[in-house]
Amino acid sequence: MRKVLVGIKRVIDYNVRVRVRPDGSGVVTDGVKMSINPFDEIALEEALRIRERGAADEVIAASIGPDDAQQQLRTALAMGADRAILVRADGAIPSMIAARALHALVEREQPLFVILGKQAIDDDSGQTGQLLAGLWDRPQATFASKIELEGNSARVTREVDAGLEVIEVDLPAVFTTDLRLNEPRYVKLPDIMKAKKKPLDVTDLAALGVTAAAQLRVVRLDPPAQRQKGVVVKDAAELVAALRQKGLLQ
Amino acid sequence: MNQVLVVAEHSGGKLNLAIAKCVSCAAAVPDAEVVVLVLAADGSAVAAQAAAITGVKRVLLAEHPASEPALAAVLAPQVAKLAADASHVFGPSTTFGKDLMPRVAALLDAQQISDVMAVETANRFRRPCYAGNAIATVEVDAGCRVVATVRVASWQAAGSGGSAPIERISVDTPLPTHTRFVSVSAGRSDRPDLQTAARVVSGGRALGSADNFALIQRFADRIGAAVGASRAAVDAGYAPNELQVGQTGKIIAPELYIAVGISGAIQHLTGIKDARTIVAINKDPEAPIFEVADLGLVGDLFKLVPEIESQL
Repeated sequence: MRKVLVGIKRVIDYNVRVRVRPDGSGVVTDGVKMSINPFDEIALEEALRIRERGAADEVIAASIGPDDAQQQLRTALAMGADRAILVRADGAIPSMIAARALHALVEREQPLFVILGKQAIDDDSGQTGQLLAGLWDRPQATFASKIELEGNSARVTREVDAGLEVIEVDLPAVFTTDLRLNEPRYVKLPDIMKAKKKPLDVTDLAALGVTAAAQLRVVRLDPPAQRQKGVVVKDAAELVAALRQKGLLQ
Repeated sequence: MNQVLVVAEHSGGKLNLAIAKCVSCAAAVPDAEVVVLVLAADGSAVAAQAAAITGVKRVLLAEHPASEPALAAVLAPQVAKLAADASHVFGPSTTFGKDLMPRVAALLDAQQISDVMAVETANRFRRPCYAGNAIATVEVDAGCRVVATVRVASWQAAGSGGSAPIERISVDTPLPTHTRFVSVSAGRSDRPDLQTAARVVSGGRALGSADNFALIQRFADRIGAAVGASRAAVDAGYAPNELQVGQTGKIIAPELYIAVGISGAIQHLTGIKDARTIVAINKDPEAPIFEVADLGLVGDLFKLVPEIESQL
């Protein structure tokens, strides 16, 4: 069976204005809406489309996170994933721990490829896919805006600083998604009902042989420095004069 | 002594300007010996440019035909092998570095810190998270090797005028063939590079169409600026994705940033807040962009931009 493993992270919804707690211990999460990391949602959509084209047989959504991450996995199942796995872990999960957990799942499931977001919008580290590819010693195609499977390889268009780069990788491989890869589908109510009957296995880091101890800690969070509000000029002439005075225009 | 190995990004025989900024960050590590590593097919010119950066102690040049064009899967085993003596391995927070450095970290079994904006000690750093809505202070256990990407917008480029010795070395490690370069299509290159330009003009959704976006390009050309775009303008198809400025696009720090018809979503502001001077032109006086702009001009961009041009 040709399986696809999709990484799903539970994060604060992208529409929420994130605030740092006054004591610097983290950000305010009480009563805050949580969602699937938007880049992971794109990854899931791509996996579903590849399965629907007949190029894969099973889509497995996997999350490393708290018990509540089952909500996001149920959403993934409602979108169309065939089954889900929650690797239970509390607190902030460093990228290396997530990558080791995914690597353990890869050894167990032997997927055709793994696909996940290029970054999670909470800690913005952007490492997990590349770490997994390195641990697994398999190819990586990051920041993908187009994925074409061709037999035992894939041709991937990547969004890089210079423009668009195309690379070819042998499978199995790890793909990370950029914004323009696709537009995820909306979940329909009957699918939410159906998703309740789909399998969702719960395991934990220890069961996968992953030690939770990290060599990396977040010591403190601070709000960012604010810029001083400037002045509003009355017209184009005044703007040009002000820029000349600052030496920014000739 | 902390040996800080900086992995050079280069293309067409030219060292990326981001590397001089990485050297500044590397030099901020206490008791640092900064070593630049050039992996290339033919890297003499790039190595010479790296050797001229102030603060660089040595340049390591390892030439291999497979190293160009750069592929993370091919470079990572070489970097990992050559990092044996390094306490820190740094790369730029460009798509090159973001792709490569975590793979290096995996091979070294090291922790990576992404987007370093400040160095507090040899193992304590500051970095943005939550789209720049929070700044995290992170610490790696003492004695653990640190792999990091350097948020280039947070650092000034180190000067030039140095003359570090260049050591040619060979790397004895098997290189994979499972990843192959096919092509790269670059955008127009006769404008300054968005990531490193001193001046940037960006257009937003208010431009209304790809045709109208030409107004931004013309204005940018007039003042010798790079062109950028908000995510809304990119999503609407007015501008290609590589021009996107913001948390999910490019994070930039030009001397002058002119935002035209951009309301200023938080993810856009995150990408420009290190700019020296921000100018906003927008018809909505309540737009959030005016909260961060040093100079604001309220009105119709289609009237104001030509007026500005006529005064130059």
